[in-house]
Amino acid sequence: MSATDYAVRAEGLRKRYAEKKTAGGGAYKLALDGFDLAVRAGTVHGLLGPNGAGKTTAVRALATLLRFDGGRAEVAGVDVARDPRLVRRRIGLAGQYAAVDEVMTGRQNLEMFGRLFHLGGRRAKARAGELLERFDLVDAADKSVGAYSGGMRRRLDLAASMILAPRVLFLDEPTTGLDPRGRGEVWDAVRALVAGGTTVLLTTQYLEEADKLASRITVIDRGRAIADDTPDGLKNRVGGDRVEVVVARAADLAAAARVIARVSVTEPETDEVALRAHAQVDDRVAALTEVARTLQDEGIAVEDIGLRRPSLDDVFLRLTGHRAELEAAA
Amino acid sequence: MSTVKTEETEKRETDPNPAAPHPGDLYPAGPERRLYWALADCWNVTRRTLTHYQRQPVTIVWQLGFPIVSVLLYGFVFGEAMAVPGDGDYREFLMPGMFASTMAFGFMGTTMAVVTDSTKGVIDRFRSMPMAPSAVAAGRGVSDLLVACAELTILGVTALLIGWEAEGGAPAAAGAFGLLLLLRFSLIWVGVWLGLLVPNAEAAGGLYAVAFPLTMISSIFVAPSLMPSWLGPVAAWNPVSSTVTATRELFGQPVSGGTWIEENAVLMAVVWPLVITAVFLPLAVRRFQALSR
Repeated sequence: MSATDYAVRAEGLRKRYAEKKTAGGGAYKLALDGFDLAVRAGTVHGLLGPNGAGKTTAVRALATLLRFDGGRAEVAGVDVARDPRLVRRRIGLAGQYAAVDEVMTGRQNLEMFGRLFHLGGRRAKARAGELLERFDLVDAADKSVGAYSGGMRRRLDLAASMILAPRVLFLDEPTTGLDPRGRGEVWDAVRALVAGGTTVLLTTQYLEEADKLASRITVIDRGRAIADDTPDGLKNRVGGDRVEVVVARAADLAAAARVIARVSVTEPETDEVALRAHAQVDDRVAALTEVARTLQDEGIAVEDIGLRRPSLDDVFLRLTGHRAELEAAA
Repeated sequence: MSTVKTEETEKRETDPNPAAPHPGDLYPAGPERRLYWALADCWNVTRRTLTHYQRQPVTIVWQLGFPIVSVLLYGFVFGEAMAVPGDGDYREFLMPGMFASTMAFGFMGTTMAVVTDSTKGVIDRFRSMPMAPSAVAAGRGVSDLLVACAELTILGVTALLIGWEAEGGAPAAAGAFGLLLLLRFSLIWVGVWLGLLVPNAEAAGGLYAVAFPLTMISSIFVAPSLMPSWLGPVAAWNPVSSTVTATRELFGQPVSGGTWIEENAVLMAVVWPLVITAVFLPLAVRRFQALSR
């Protein structure tokens, strides 16, 4: 695969901040400590990590808002350190750290940003009209952004970052603080953008969000990429899928565990209270079919049977040794 | 409910640049084109602030109403009780002070606007765009100067209505207003610097506690010669005082305290703002650049 297949590449990015003056003085905090990233063009790539892991620093560095101290980065085919201005012509930035003007209307915002993207008055106006329609904001176009709902604001934010149809869109925690409905709206918008050919780098603390949107995920912890894989691949690392059987009668639990053991790669575990037996399997569907048939042949009454995948929460815990910080108000 | 449309017109939408080239792109790449875009970007940022006033007329009513109320309060409540050197009329003495204090307090407006934009992420949005970085502050400055012109106009009309007159003639009066705007110009950079320095709008509000005595200990309301002997020189050397004394002179209502700083008020009303600009413009630029550090 050639380098041009990647819309974003970072190699060994380093960024250190001077700590607030402490007793010792001269202390540094490494926000990025040799961070690597490769995002394929035309995909959604998730950057997942707890608060303070370096997600935002990484995005700000790649989006030219922050100079990095070491390493190399290339965005949309342009060296970030060498030509930040050209990078800015090819990227969009949306999310918690890029805002829209709250006093102006949605339309005024998009027209202003359009002129600042050097479209000129008439084209800025036309583009604003297109984007308002595309992001379903026509009805609210001439209302103050201050009166918008959270989801509408983020959609306007997305629209503003799409004015030049960027090759790479950085979405920094685009749904933080949104209610489930607003979150769904933003997810729909992101999917539509990717369908149009934009590459998206998405940072999030929500494991569900990365799982839903991203085709590949980089897990970041303490300024380093500690895993880079597909969502499924990450889950497989924790242990692949499990076949799980819930029996109707407690007396059958041991028999069910024996049936599962014939196809599983791990020793089956049983839960006497939930009447559940489960174990990890390799060949998912074949294993499930085999277990179902055998249970039926042996006359074991089954309440529930299925494949269970580990969640990204499990993945995170396994990779970092600590839990992802989930939002308090979830 | 589908909130977003993925329509077939995608191709057209991803290419917003058909047809005629933009006038700014007709220049050959280089300094001329950069200058064109720096000015265009500056004007677009200025327009944003003007749009704010247009959408929130109450803001501008407050902003312009405050000096009017001040003129009436100080002029009539204190007017008869205040002493003026040489037995002059206090309202006549006060007007140049009101002009200058409105200019001086203007930096708070700049600070507030900048801190709001930086905490809300608007400045980051601008920085992530291919626009001229200078336009972020320059646009702020231009719109602040336009507002200052409006404030001076309103104050001037109010002053004329209560019987004040510029007795020094039109050219001198124009010079006086020029000096007032020069003071305001220099304080834009103080405002931008402070706006990028303070963490949030609440902290910026606290600056009033510092700004108030800094403008009060000047010749705005009282001549330094009538202050305690230890305070008088401090007030006389306050940069705002030079502008006030200079405009009193140019409006044909001179009040001289006989000290060097007061005798050379017009000169110092040019020197002070230039010094302030020379110090705070680089500080503001450095602070802006430090955002990417």
